[in-house]
Amino acid sequence: MTIALAADERRGGGRAASSARSIGLAVLRRVGYAVGVLWGAVTVTFAALHLKSGGIIDAIIGQAAVSPEVRAQIISDYALDRPWLVQYFDYLGHLLRGDLGHSYNQGMDVTTAIGDQLAPSFELMAAGVVLALVGAIVVALLTANRPRWIRGPFAFLEIVGVSVPAFWFAILLLTVFSFQLHWFPAIGSNSFRGLVLPAIALAVAPGGTLAQVLRDGLERALDEPFVTTARSRGIRETAVLVRHALRHALMPAITIAGWLAGAFLGGAIVIENVFSRQGLGTLTVGGLGRRDFPLVSGVVLVAAAFYVVINLLIDAVYPLLDPRLRPVAPTTAGPVNAAAAGITSTASPSVSATGADQKGEG
Amino acid sequence: MTSDSDPTTDSDPTTGDPTTGDPAIGDPTIGDPTAPDPATQPGDPRTLVDVANLRVRFRLGRRSVDAVRGVSFRIDAGQSIAVVGESGSGKSVTARSLVGLAGRGAEVRADRLVIAGTDTRTLPERRWRTLRGRHIGFVLQDALVSLDPARRVGAEIAETLRAHRVVPRAEVDARVVELLREVGVPEPEARAGQYPHQLSGGLRQRALIASAIAADPELLIADEPTTALDVTVQAQILEMLAARKRAGTALLLISHDLAVVSQVADHVFVMKDGIFVEHGPTRQVLDDPRHPYTRQLLAAVPVAHARGTRLSPQPGGPVAQPRAVVGDGVVLAARDLVKTFALDGRRILTAVDDVSLELRAGETLGIVGESGSGKTTTARLLLDLERADSGAVEVDGTAWGEIDARTGARLRQHIQVIYQDPLSSFDPRYPVRKIIAEPLAVARVSRAERRTRVLELLDQVGLARDVLDRRPRQLSGGQRQRVAIARALAPRPRVIVCDEPVSALDVSIQAQILDLLADLQARLGIAYVFISHHLGVIYHVSDRVLVMKDGRIVESGDVEQVFREPRHDYTRGLLAAVPTLDGAALRPPAEPRATTVPESEGAVA
Amino acid sequence: MTVTPVDPTGLPPGGASPGTPVGASASTSTSTRGRWPWLRVSRPGVVLSFAFLLVLVLASFWPHLFTGTDPNAADISQTLRGPGSGHLLGTDQNGRDIYARIVHGTRLSLWIGLSASALALVVGAAVGVAAAQGGRVLGAVTDWLLSVFLSIPGLLLALLVIAMLGPGTRNSIIGLSLIFTPGFARVVRGEVMRIRASVYLEAARALGWPKRQVIIRHLVPNALGPVLILATINVGGAISLGSTLSFLGLGPQPPTAEWGAMLSSSRTYFSVAWWPAIFPGIAITLAVLAITVAGQFLQARLEGRNAR
Repeated sequence: MTIALAADERRGGGRAASSARSIGLAVLRRVGYAVGVLWGAVTVTFAALHLKSGGIIDAIIGQAAVSPEVRAQIISDYALDRPWLVQYFDYLGHLLRGDLGHSYNQGMDVTTAIGDQLAPSFELMAAGVVLALVGAIVVALLTANRPRWIRGPFAFLEIVGVSVPAFWFAILLLTVFSFQLHWFPAIGSNSFRGLVLPAIALAVAPGGTLAQVLRDGLERALDEPFVTTARSRGIRETAVLVRHALRHALMPAITIAGWLAGAFLGGAIVIENVFSRQGLGTLTVGGLGRRDFPLVSGVVLVAAAFYVVINLLIDAVYPLLDPRLRPVAPTTAGPVNAAAAGITSTASPSVSATGADQKGEG
Repeated sequence: MTSDSDPTTDSDPTTGDPTTGDPAIGDPTIGDPTAPDPATQPGDPRTLVDVANLRVRFRLGRRSVDAVRGVSFRIDAGQSIAVVGESGSGKSVTARSLVGLAGRGAEVRADRLVIAGTDTRTLPERRWRTLRGRHIGFVLQDALVSLDPARRVGAEIAETLRAHRVVPRAEVDARVVELLREVGVPEPEARAGQYPHQLSGGLRQRALIASAIAADPELLIADEPTTALDVTVQAQILEMLAARKRAGTALLLISHDLAVVSQVADHVFVMKDGIFVEHGPTRQVLDDPRHPYTRQLLAAVPVAHARGTRLSPQPGGPVAQPRAVVGDGVVLAARDLVKTFALDGRRILTAVDDVSLELRAGETLGIVGESGSGKTTTARLLLDLERADSGAVEVDGTAWGEIDARTGARLRQHIQVIYQDPLSSFDPRYPVRKIIAEPLAVARVSRAERRTRVLELLDQVGLARDVLDRRPRQLSGGQRQRVAIARALAPRPRVIVCDEPVSALDVSIQAQILDLLADLQARLGIAYVFISHHLGVIYHVSDRVLVMKDGRIVESGDVEQVFREPRHDYTRGLLAAVPTLDGAALRPPAEPRATTVPESEGAVA
Repeated sequence: MTVTPVDPTGLPPGGASPGTPVGASASTSTSTRGRWPWLRVSRPGVVLSFAFLLVLVLASFWPHLFTGTDPNAADISQTLRGPGSGHLLGTDQNGRDIYARIVHGTRLSLWIGLSASALALVVGAAVGVAAAQGGRVLGAVTDWLLSVFLSIPGLLLALLVIAMLGPGTRNSIIGLSLIFTPGFARVVRGEVMRIRASVYLEAARALGWPKRQVIIRHLVPNALGPVLILATINVGGAISLGSTLSFLGLGPQPPTAEWGAMLSSSRTYFSVAWWPAIFPGIAITLAVLAITVAGQFLQARLEGRNAR
């Protein structure tokens, strides 16, 4: 199998530079794609606004009673008398300046309204994420490949955790620990004690999924020949788990991290509602009740941005965990180079053929 | 390479207890196992491993499987031992039991299991760790999966050094480089910082061996160390293991391939169904096998003198096999085939480069080459599963591409295919009955006729009728390949393209399948294009042979002629690298092994 | 839930099988035990799940098999009575029988989950097939579109739809289906591409089937399995999210008997009466649990069959 290559490319000369360039390109491509996704989300909310049954103006105002002057003000604010394409670009322009529109119900900018409520929501989500993550990793490490009587009950609890709706689990906690046992404050408290029940309720479903995925990944990794090889070197089992298996088990977990972020956000919305906590959720559901469309679409966009950023982080983390995913310089990229990378400088033709097999023989 | 002169090897290791064996195997002619040499008692410092009546049982839910059913052996310092057996014989489990890694659900019992002077039968895990790596190095097959893909090669080797505090912390890195150099890895400083996927197969295997010998263990266990490698690389790894042996490390080699172990081992144990059926000095076992199973194994290996005979057991030894009469009609012809693939924007891979061939009725044309040589792409072009960039393929005088779809469908009846992995070529939902009948459904044969034809085909390929309603997953590898052959035969084709049809099979099953293919050819006059990387198999089945390399045909001609007097250097190198049982069977007599330069494999220079 | 490592219909792990001529009994593969963790979801749990699903189906078609009480009969003298006391699971703030309301609510809760999942399946499959067959540009565009919809957390997507169309059963079904559509599209596309690259599809071509026959006979049936299993599991998710929307007051409107709506309407009384807070939630959880267990079981069966 002959690989047509310019002769100088095979030499290592410009490798470092071209490798840096290709990494730069890869990063640029990812960021570009992320911006594209975000733009898509913006377009979706814009379309939703304009497709809404009943006039756009009603959608914007919602059920708030406004005077004709305000109404006229809104129409000119939103340029509703202009062609939709112009409105679309206006909308994009406002967004670029960080202006998510005006919530007539809140009587303030959507950006401000959301900004005010971000902190309590993030507090809840951070607590939930920590709980879910720590719980899932501990459970997975303790139960992977363990006898049935250890593994079985946890596996069952995980499925229950995945199945139970977060809002009802929150109600259950509230009923038992606040209303019956009075251990924790019931509603509206922003104290640390007030955070305990909501955080648990939030962590249960994603934590269950995460534990399932992690244990599954650990068990697969522990069955790999490289783990047997590592054990045959005489290293401790903890080292086997942490140094070899966990890294591979994290891969599938990270793959679903974006989805998990959405699950935490969605869960937070409902749980804030149940516990009457301050935050994005209460803001959104309240806005929904008054049909405050700019507010809802603003929250949607913030969530989408959140997701996009998480996914960018995931893309950055993958290659750290798995070197096979690291971008390689063009001379050593692609299926050919899995083996060829190590032989760039002076490979004999027969050698590159060994590595170049996949495409031709596949 | 095999030195029979070592006095310690001939006398001591003992076989398994035949009384626990399968009555069908427990052939009285091999008699009692050799008694242990009284000179080397257990506890002798030169005894590294002393095993008596080792039994390993796996519990799978309510079922349990006896993988090892009572084997005994001893390995002394500097010895080189091989355990040979087919898949499921228990050979790997035996090896893993020596490092306490028999596997999950395994119950290991033994009358004696002494490793490096330690009775390991009730050894806590913590103490096992002081044995692993330190006293026994362990090399699993295929370093691509046996080295952690997420860690640098150097870190894997350093792990052994650190676990046993072989050298002071500060010297670990230097020692890693030294070890890589020792196993023949060029540019060791650079390699240590690379990941397994960045190395060629041969280099990876060397790095894996380096990590196993890092703590300088007295015994190195290698489980199928060369199975995933091309034949030229295999030769280099075997030479490296032989060098370890010469340096004084004891070896325990696990393999399915008698020829491979004969290159390195002084003493061979033949394992079947969890016991040793025969053992002895390597030459003796190969030249004068006493147990029928060993004889069957040896007869099953396609070697020069077996050409034209049956490989699978026949009453009264090898029997000449009728060969098909090669007709004059050309049933398949390819002219000047070229196929390229775009790899990415700039590079083009020429997978098949100017390949022409002709196949006559009843003839077998072998195509041999290492991985990446373009064999499989050629097959796909012949089958019109891929269109060539230029050149033409004619089946029965009709070229693909010049015909409409309807004629094309009819043309496909004449040329069928058998894959290396039959399971993946079957629709996972289909039972055997439906698989075999599918070509008939394509040809719109009536249901009643299909039914009778399927039964006829079952008889032809030697399958019982009770497989009809089973799914392929429930069949053994050999049975699956028979189903694939039956499906290929169904439309009465003129040509069958066999793409590595026996590469995934154990040698005795391989023998049966090769015999079956030859019988069918003699009876039905089918022509085969037979693709394999295995020179022995190619020599056995082919009338003519093409040697491919880098997409080109480097040599072609009558198989006898090509194998006896190879003209091309590449062919000579291939033949020289093949490990053989008698040292010369497939090799041109005047060609010594020296053609293989240790580093040519791969990688570099 | 107990644990069995071997698929009841499958094979012993390790690939050896009845009729293996050599060495069938002693398999060297020691590592396969943990490979299919789903298989450990055991039969008692699976049987219970399927039995409970049967009960749910019966209750949704013939609620009168389970209760003779009118779910909407309010009795002011009987408000917030505890369990027992003539009412199996107590009464709510309007004196309605909670057990009767749960039984009668089955139909709507199941219907929301089923129809949302089915709608998502149909739309998602169409998008997925188009993406798989439509070449690189269409593939890239669909991929982007799916990413866009996946970037919005499921619940918020449903909220956006409801903000647009207004609350109600129908609109919450539409919102829910939108959540699951991208998942279906991805799975369908992945399956089609995986099967298209499979050796058995190539083998079918080599046998001489025309393209259309290859699709009908091999591609579609093999792609169907994973998609239907995803649909099953999604029914559970849709029931759970549907009840969430109802709880937020965006689904079926009172006085309709529906599990989420029941929780919503009595939430102000939770501090004084625990039973209206607990029992409808148990119904939701058990329904979702049964569907999840059944779905994971089917998935394990399929993976066991397709595993190489």
